[in-house]
Parts: sequence; C-alpha cells; structure tokens
Amino acid sequence: MTEDNIQDATAVPEAAIKPQKPKPRLKTDDELEKVADRARQQRRKFVSRSMTGFFVLLLLAFMRFFFPRTLFEPKTKFKIGPPGDYDFGVDTRWQSKHRIWVIRNAEGLAVLLAKCTHLGCTPDWKEQENKFKCPCHGSGYTPEGVNFEGPAPRPLDRCHVELDPEGQIVVNSIQLYRWDHRYDPGAILKV
Amino acid sequence: MTENKGSGTTTKPPKKSAKERVEELEQELKDSQVWKSVFRHKLDDTPRNRSLAVLSNVFLHLHPARINRDAVRYNFTWGMGGITFYLFVVLTLTGVLLMFYYHPSKVQAFRDILYIMNDVPFGNVLRNMHRWAAHAMVITTWLHMMRVFMTGSYKPPREFNWVIGVQLLLFTMLLSFTGYLLPDDQLGFWAVTVGTNMARATPFLGHEGPFAPELGINAFNDVRFALLGGSIVDANALLRAYIWHCIAIPIIASVLMIVHFWRVRKDGAISGPSPVMLASEVKPPKKR
Repeated sequence: MTEDNIQDATAVPEAAIKPQKPKPRLKTDDELEKVADRARQQRRKFVSRSMTGFFVLLLLAFMRFFFPRTLFEPKTKFKIGPPGDYDFGVDTRWQSKHRIWVIRNAEGLAVLLAKCTHLGCTPDWKEQENKFKCPCHGSGYTPEGVNFEGPAPRPLDRCHVELDPEGQIVVNSIQLYRWDHRYDPGAILKV
Repeated sequence: MTENKGSGTTTKPPKKSAKERVEELEQELKDSQVWKSVFRHKLDDTPRNRSLAVLSNVFLHLHPARINRDAVRYNFTWGMGGITFYLFVVLTLTGVLLMFYYHPSKVQAFRDILYIMNDVPFGNVLRNMHRWAAHAMVITTWLHMMRVFMTGSYKPPREFNWVIGVQLLLFTMLLSFTGYLLPDDQLGFWAVTVGTNMARATPFLGHEGPFAPELGINAFNDVRFALLGGSIVDANALLRAYIWHCIAIPIIASVLMIVHFWRVRKDGAISGPSPVMLASEVKPPKKR
C-alpha cells in the first residue's frame, strides 16, 4: 500500500482501517473525589493497623518483662547427713532451715514437707500429743502426716530422697510425692 | 423461605479473600456493644465527629476543638512543650517498670542495675530509654524556654505561666539530679557528695556557712543533714533520693504542669503571630 501515492477517491483512509486506541476521557470532579477518598481510607487503615500491631507487640514485650532470666532463691536440693543420724520417730532439726521433718519407722526413712495442705502455713510438731498441729486454722496430722482433724484436705506431702555415693541423704524439696505415692522408690529410703 | 430452588442444590456465596474477611471482622468489632460503649461517637469524617473525637476524650479534651491555622506552625512553636510532656510520660512509664526490679538499699541498688541490664528481658532497652529520655527532656525544656522567650510569649497575660515554667525547669533539673544517684555507682555517689557539700556552705542553713555558730547550726541539724537524712552520704540519702525522684517531685511537677497547660488555654491559646487572612476570606464590610 505504501507505493500507492495516487489518491483514490474510493480508497478507505488508513486511519479507518487501523484500530485506534480510544482517547482517554478526563475524570470528572466526582470521580477524582472518590479516588482521593479511597486513598485516604487506605492510608488511614494502614496506619491504624500498623499502630495496633505495634501495640500488640508492645503488650507481649511488657508481659515478657516480668519474668527475669535468673533468680536468687534458696537451694531446693540439699544434704541432711547419713541415715544413722536419725532415730525412729519425728526429727525436727531441719524445720527452720529447710522446712522439712525427717520421720523414721519400720517401713523406712521419709522426709515430710512442713507445709500444711490447707493453705500453706508451717505446722508444729507437738511431742506430748504425738501429732503435727497447724497454728493457722487448726489442721492436725498423725506422725506419718495423715490429716485427721481441721480443714486440711489431704495428708502432708513427702520430698524426694536418695542416697549419694558417700551415704548422705540428698533431699529435693521441689519434687514431691502425695500420700498414695508414698511407697514410690524416691519417696522413701529403706534403711 | 418457601422459595423453591429449581436445581435442588444451594448456591454457595462467592469465596471471600483474606482482606475482605479482615475488614468484615473489623466492622463486626466496631458494631459490637462493647466497642460502642467505649467509643461513643462514629468515625466517619464529618465536622461533628471531628469535634467529638477531641471533646469526648478525657485525655484530649483540654485541647480546643478548633485552633487557629497558624497555631500548628512548627516553625513558630517548635512543638517543644508538647515534646517535653511526651518525654515526661515516657519517663514515667519506663520508670515505673524499672521500679519492679530496683531496691533502694545500699546492699542491692548497684546490683539491681546490673540485673536489669543483663537478666531482665528488655531491661536494657527500658533502662536506656529512661536515660536517653531524661537527657532529651532537659534539652527540650531548655529549647522550649528559648522559644517562649524569643516569641515574647512571656508578656502579659502570660507572665504567670512563665513563672510556672521556671519552676518546672527547676523540678526537671531536680529529677535529673535525684535520679542520677539511684544506681549508687561512683558517678552518683560523688555527685551527691559534691552537691550536698555545696549545701553545707549556705548562709544560715549550712553548718559551714556564715552565721552558723551564732545560730547553733552544726553538721547534725543543717540543711545538708535534712537532704541526706544524716551527716554522711549513706543508706538514708539513697532512700530519700528514691522517694524524691519517684513520688514527691513527680507529684509536684504534675500539679505544676496541670496549672501550666490550663494557663496556656486560658491566656488566649497558644501564642502566635497575628493570624493571616486569605484574600478570599475577607468579608465585605456590612452596609449600614
């Protein structure tokens, strides 16, 4: 077609044959306003969601802050000498220092935690009456730690005991055994 | 519900994109009674809601609902007063959190700072925020004073507010000084030694100042003793610094700030140059 320089009255102008891109129509004021509104909304949402996310992270950090990585509290694992140091009956020599009583009978040697099962006070050993008596609300326990009077719901707990290579009793007052587990291997020393 | 769907199968709604679901959840939250009971006005952008957002908020309602356009020109105000108050809030919040791990005792204070820096999660972040905010607050207080002076915003009716401001400056410096002693390190210990030794040379009040022997002032009843709670820099001084720093001075400074902000509003809003009117805003004079 390009060598055809002669204008033909019947020729269809190229402009009519080539498909044309439609001319872009100018946006009206209303449409511009809508676009601006949408942009404003999206900006607002982005900012408010970022702020919410930031405050959520801040809340998590705030909660983590209250759990320090190291503590300086008394040791819960300690030695109390060889079994030979203890006679049959209730021994209260460690009540102040470690909050335990050492009881020894025909079944063996066990360590009771001196913490009342009612609300956590330290009971006293009443030698004359042959019982443990809690001063807070009057809970009473037999020499083996069974609750028989007062508000205590269950017997006293026992601490984990074991013998170290030198024959010393090692007590762990964090590892506890309830009454129905009192014959578990770590709850009693057969001596 | 008696509509008979000819095909016998139910039509599923079109699957919603995650974005749409998030927006739906947000909208449900904002329609809930809990939300509406807390935020009692809507959020669409009308002049009424704009006013309500400020007026119905207890933290913001001291702000005027409308301000002169030029009042927000940072070239004029620098925003330093507001920044100082913001830093005060940051210091209060970080300070309260630091108080959870600090014992004001000679035996523990120094150790507690080391504990905060090493054993407490985010402890080092909080302690440093507290330190830097303290430095920044002193600087911004001075810049604020400079701005107020250079814009003449101490002239009547604002003279009293300037006086309150000077007192706030004094208490900012005292907060800095008392806070400095709390880590009980060499820096703090000798700072309080030097500071209180200056106090002992005060006339009438200090035991090494003029007129002290005539009035019977000695090392056990002068102003230095009152500051330290003793004649030596020891446990009592640390405890007193702690109480001044955490309770007494913040309360006094808060009261002064309340008065200071109130007076800004009452003395004719934030001071500024005479407002500019656009030609389009000039109304034609009323015809008589």
